[in-house]
Amino acid sequence: MSEIHSETALQTAYVRTEMLAEQAPPVTVSGPIKWVRENLFSSIPNAVMTIVSVYFIYVVLAAILPWMLNGIWDAGSLAECREIRDARGGSGEHGHDVACWAVLVDRWDQLMFGFYPSELYWRPILAFTLFLAAILPVLYDNLPRKLLILTAAMPFICFWLLWGGSIWAPTLVALGFVLGWAVMKFAGPTVGAMTGTILAIVLPIFYWLFALGPLLDVFNSVAPIGIQAVASREFGGFLLAFVIGASGIILSMPLGVILALGRQSDLFIINKFSVIFIEVIRGVPLIVWLFTAQLLLGYFLPPGSNFDLMVRVIIMVTLFSAAYIAEVIRGGLAALPRGQYEGADSLGLNYWQSMQLIILPQALKISIPGIVSSFIGLFKDTVLVVFIGLFDPIGFSNAIRADTDWNGIYWELFIFIGLCFFICCFGMSRYSQWLERKLATDHR
Amino acid sequence: MKKSVLLGTIAVAGLASGAAYADGHSSGTLAEVQERGTLNCGVSTGLTGFAAPNAEGEWEGFDVAVCRAVAVAVLGDASAVEFVPTTGQTRFTALASGEVDVLARNTTWTFSRDVDLAFEFIGVNYYDGQGFMVPRDLGVSSALELDGATVCIQTGTTTELNLADFFSSNNMSYEPVPIETNAEAQQQYLAGACDVYTTDASGLAATRATFEDPSAHVVLPEIISKEPLGPLVRHGDHEWGDIVRWTLNALISAEELGITSANVGELLGGTENPEINRILGTEGELGSMLGLEADWAANVLAAVGNYGEIFEGNIGESTPIGLARGLNAQWTDGGLLYSPPFR
Repeated sequence: MSEIHSETALQTAYVRTEMLAEQAPPVTVSGPIKWVRENLFSSIPNAVMTIVSVYFIYVVLAAILPWMLNGIWDAGSLAECREIRDARGGSGEHGHDVACWAVLVDRWDQLMFGFYPSELYWRPILAFTLFLAAILPVLYDNLPRKLLILTAAMPFICFWLLWGGSIWAPTLVALGFVLGWAVMKFAGPTVGAMTGTILAIVLPIFYWLFALGPLLDVFNSVAPIGIQAVASREFGGFLLAFVIGASGIILSMPLGVILALGRQSDLFIINKFSVIFIEVIRGVPLIVWLFTAQLLLGYFLPPGSNFDLMVRVIIMVTLFSAAYIAEVIRGGLAALPRGQYEGADSLGLNYWQSMQLIILPQALKISIPGIVSSFIGLFKDTVLVVFIGLFDPIGFSNAIRADTDWNGIYWELFIFIGLCFFICCFGMSRYSQWLERKLATDHR
Repeated sequence: MKKSVLLGTIAVAGLASGAAYADGHSSGTLAEVQERGTLNCGVSTGLTGFAAPNAEGEWEGFDVAVCRAVAVAVLGDASAVEFVPTTGQTRFTALASGEVDVLARNTTWTFSRDVDLAFEFIGVNYYDGQGFMVPRDLGVSSALELDGATVCIQTGTTTELNLADFFSSNNMSYEPVPIETNAEAQQQYLAGACDVYTTDASGLAATRATFEDPSAHVVLPEIISKEPLGPLVRHGDHEWGDIVRWTLNALISAEELGITSANVGELLGGTENPEINRILGTEGELGSMLGLEADWAANVLAAVGNYGEIFEGNIGESTPIGLARGLNAQWTDGGLLYSPPFR
């Protein structure tokens, strides 16, 4: 008995009377250590691979980071860079052990603006700022809709700022669009929708062809208002890449939508025209189209005709991109259930209304990733103009190397150019992802 | 259907605007240039020593100087030049289509370019030729010792063909390492991907000058091809061709006769030498025969200097490129430069 009693007493003494305070889990199963164990060292092969990878990353960074971070920013030539490096005690049989970023400082203006007159740099900068401001209402729909007027005027303002010259040329060209809009708005209801649409397109074209020149002369002689003109040849560097890229993106979007609708159309001529256009443009490499713009048009146009090379390039890039955009959007159109089209018809909407209100908003939403990836491709493709002798950033990297001061410098220029392109393209990509999330309405 | 009407209209409008450009061929290139007020000169998109924009965006170089000389002769202003950068592919079209008036872009004078492409080479401003560069460690002193070597070579150029000819005619073998651009070649050569780098001798010198230790590399004495580089114009406008040709000849003759940018003002006062007088326009009427001012050549020499000064300033031994005159010396010094007389 006593044994039993003593046992009970022991047991009782062994049992806690109060709750223990909650303890943090052991470090090995929580927090970063747990994450590391689970993700990096979960098994022996994984652990080995982790160690190898870390070593590899270390080797790469150990080679690159000192080279980049110790870079020389203040020198007048590659030879000076090497002298400074040697004075610091660095050395190297082959190549140079530290980056010579001084080339970017020395040629910054050229890489950014090309041969654009330096006293006029404010104009491209202002145009770029305006461009950013003007696309804001397009990108973010919670801004006042009135701002879209600024967006509509932006191409003309930017054109005027970049190329300069008389203020009347872009103004009068813009008036043509206003004319078309006015005809559509006011004459449309009286003469019928179809005649209204035709008039809205034909009248401005006649205005541009026949009235623009004389009017321009009159305005220029009465009130010669203008800023210093800059020739296309002066454009270069990232300014050129941005101008070609932005023009291509802005112009190819509406063209692509029209082509996509044309390809879906039941009207024979429109359908076949769209199909042939898309397939021909898409079936030939962009570089061939650029050579066509540069070489063949040079032969076909009469000597002395002033058809700007940059305009030719922008047209080609736009057509090329439009063909791709059209196919991307056609994918979006095809993804819509038949019921959407029938629903729009049953509401009594005409073709344009149903497209504008029902079909395109959904089709474009579906197509966003494809559209943005086309735009990113277009922007990067602008460097191809180097092959027709235009000085985009890559063209300038060659020209800079041709100067005896900087002959022999490679990585610094390419890294810089690559970084700039990456920033732009990454920005576009993030925006498209944000837009997708915002517009996501699917029932998941 | 509605849209087909629209598209038809647009097409017609496009044709009409295209036709609006066709406003007839104007007279001579000289008149065109003078009316325009600038000379359109085709240059390379960047070739060390021959054409490159400097940090201020001003074009500089040996070929650029020819453009400036022609601009001074025709317009009296060395800065009245629109430099049109051209690539190897676009250069001939730019000239044929009238986009440029003169092409001064280290272009080799060959039969087919002169005859088949219908251009007029107006002379030679640089006698180049294909050479070899090797690391000094290789211990090679002649190209004939290069049997079995790996050679970095730009694809699709005449250098590739010349190289094959040279090795097969000397019963040697080689292993080509194809590369696309000169920049790539420099990297490959320095990285040891090939034993030998071959291109035009002027290009080799320019490349060597950029190395950390130029003395560790030697340019072999053999030159295996003839590459006479010269400015060219279109067939069919001989007056314009004459102007460009005699501008180049004036640069060369001026060196032979000792006219420099420094003493041209003094010599304009009149000299004993009638040829100097004729060039500078103080005697005879050579200028008006070309349709230019009497003092056209004097202006050229005052603005850009004579051939020797241009050579020294851009690619000569005082520059990092450090080319010797070699074949490009005056005939009196054993070179090939031989300008016809100004008479």
